[in-house]
Amino acid sequence: MSEGAILSWRSWAPWVALALALVLLPRLLSSGSSLTMMSLMGIMIIFALSYNMLLGQTGMLSFGHAVYYGLAGFVAIHAMNAIAQNKWAIPLPVIPLIGGLAGLAFGILFGSVSTRRGGTVFAMITLGVGELVASSSLILRSFFGGESGITANRTKLMPLFGYKFGPQIEIYYLIAGWAFIAILAMYAITRTPFGRMCNAVRENPERAEFIGYSTQTVRFIAFCLAGFFAGIAGALAAINFEIMNALSLGAAQSGTVLLMAFIGGIGLFWGPILGAILVTFLQVTLSDLTGAWMLYFGLLFILVVMFAPGGIAGWLALHGPALRSGRLGRLLPAYALAAVPLAMAAAGAILIVELAHHMLVKASSDGSLVHVFFTTLDGASPWPWLAALALLGVGAALTRLAWGPVRSAWAAVHAASAPVDGPAEAAVVPPAAQGVLPT
Amino acid sequence: MLELITFSTLNGLLYGMLLFMMASGLTLIFSMMGVLNFAHASFYMLGAYFGFEISRRIGFWPGFVVAPLLVGAVGALVERYGLRRVHRYGHVAELLFTFGLAFVLEELVNMFWGKLPVDYRVPPSLDFVAFRLFDTTYPAYRMFMLLVAVAMFAFLIAVLTRSRVGLIIQAALTHPDMVAMLGHNVPRIFMLVFGVGAALAGLAGVIAGPALVTQPSMAALLGPILFVVIVVGGLGSLAGAFVASLLIGLVQTFAVAINVSLADVVGAEAAARLGDLGTVTVAQIAPVIPYLLLVLVLIFRPKGLMGTRET
Repeated sequence: MSEGAILSWRSWAPWVALALALVLLPRLLSSGSSLTMMSLMGIMIIFALSYNMLLGQTGMLSFGHAVYYGLAGFVAIHAMNAIAQNKWAIPLPVIPLIGGLAGLAFGILFGSVSTRRGGTVFAMITLGVGELVASSSLILRSFFGGESGITANRTKLMPLFGYKFGPQIEIYYLIAGWAFIAILAMYAITRTPFGRMCNAVRENPERAEFIGYSTQTVRFIAFCLAGFFAGIAGALAAINFEIMNALSLGAAQSGTVLLMAFIGGIGLFWGPILGAILVTFLQVTLSDLTGAWMLYFGLLFILVVMFAPGGIAGWLALHGPALRSGRLGRLLPAYALAAVPLAMAAAGAILIVELAHHMLVKASSDGSLVHVFFTTLDGASPWPWLAALALLGVGAALTRLAWGPVRSAWAAVHAASAPVDGPAEAAVVPPAAQGVLPT
Repeated sequence: MLELITFSTLNGLLYGMLLFMMASGLTLIFSMMGVLNFAHASFYMLGAYFGFEISRRIGFWPGFVVAPLLVGAVGALVERYGLRRVHRYGHVAELLFTFGLAFVLEELVNMFWGKLPVDYRVPPSLDFVAFRLFDTTYPAYRMFMLLVAVAMFAFLIAVLTRSRVGLIIQAALTHPDMVAMLGHNVPRIFMLVFGVGAALAGLAGVIAGPALVTQPSMAALLGPILFVVIVVGGLGSLAGAFVASLLIGLVQTFAVAINVSLADVVGAEAAARLGDLGTVTVAQIAPVIPYLLLVLVLIFRPKGLMGTRET
């Protein structure tokens, strides 16, 4: 990117759009439930992006990132209580900074042990540290509050410009403001020489060592910074829910942030944003619709790992060259052709899961009638099962068939946009994802 | 006191041998394929549930034989159609695949058998008292578990060091390319090792299910401890995994039996200044001990107890 480009409107436009979106969204979706969901999304965006500083930028797979989110949340809760009790002149919007510093401190503490090695060993150490903290949290009751957790009252703090941060809309704007700052800061970090060194350590640690950098130091700094931003997210969660319990620093929370970042796409900066929004939305809506929503999550994750390791963002970004050269239209017929059997297979799979879930979990109390896809089926008769199996089988077979046209459409587009590149099969795996997942 | 030491030693050895049944497969898979199998403890859970389902319908002994085989078949299928596919995306993708698999397996078990523990019982033929020491009795089933674990251990050693298959596996651990050059089907060896590792974990589940609790969270509870075992023992070292399994088994069992807190040692007043730390008993911190051990090992001996490579 040249000097002039930094000042050009193209580099500012996404940020202006993001700020506008954050400001205007509550106008469009003003209901209480959508405000709550958007607040949660804001928190999760920061958390997922902080996670991607490790996995996506530096190639460090962590299974214990919730430790920094949760511990900082507890520090924030205690800070809120202490401030309210002693009537210190510290307003609520400063609390996330305290949380961030707490996350940074714990990042320094645990990072000094766990960042000595990268790769699989790092992953195992983070898992161990995560379990260590999670099981300690049930023992140290005065800090973690045991099973019930610790509560605080955010309105007891000093008001800022007359705002007491009681209503959810004020909390939404607080979260949105911090999210904007955090996203901007994390993006800025990726553009610094340090951010580039992180990528170098991810791509080829040996070569990074040879040009004179300590990979351990780079990993350590990235780890601490990720802890800092996770801490901001944790403190915002503490403010939003006014309660923190041991669940927020456990393995399930660490797994959720991994799911968000990976489903969204770890190869691109905005991937985890997409993932956080999507996964939060699904968590909130799916858990109302079906009891088997966790299963769908796991299956979605496995499908992404197996077929689209670049995540949703990586898949979308593949279409960039085609879009710029105006050939996106050539792909659409093939996609439309493949979408039909794919939808059939998905519907068949969902039917099977729903039928099985209903018959296994609820049939004894609710009878064998299953409400799915706006109809009612009898799970005790074989016909719905056979229909579902047929849908899945035929859909899967036809998807395989339809894959040919998709592939040749890609080959045509690819040959026309970038004639020097490799065959179309290579394009199925986004280059960014290949880089992120070293062999 | 003697009574406590005897029973804790027995139980610790038993728990350690159970851990080794799983850790051996995990560490073999890791050193061979470089894959840290997150779903390994899920195979243990599957073993317990398959064993329960078969014992409910036919009896314990058919389950004892069939359930590990079923789990092994599931493991081999997972390797053939899942792991092998993501292999080209690298180790991180493989790890993530097994992570997702563990997630899905737990949800499936939740769906099929419910979230509550199932009533998986000790078979009547083994439901008697093995021996009585002082006032405490020791169930025969636990002796049976110990016996199975020891037999499995001997079998594994014999296969790995004495049989042709074992020699090929050992060679494939260090020189997979050379083994492939010599005309062996290395991917098939991987599949075999993965399947056998899964079957061993399944066997551990079948025999541990009636003694411990068979519930959907059993995989998530045990999985992290398995990782501790293979890191503490030294990645890729079977002997190390054995020592570490016994060590962690004994340490955890003894810790649970000791009901002493700092307040008992240094006096309540001195301990009060330490807050919570003063009043927790050793038994209460037992779940934390393996992870503390992990962190200490990583600081002071990153190779692990018997590891050959720097972790």
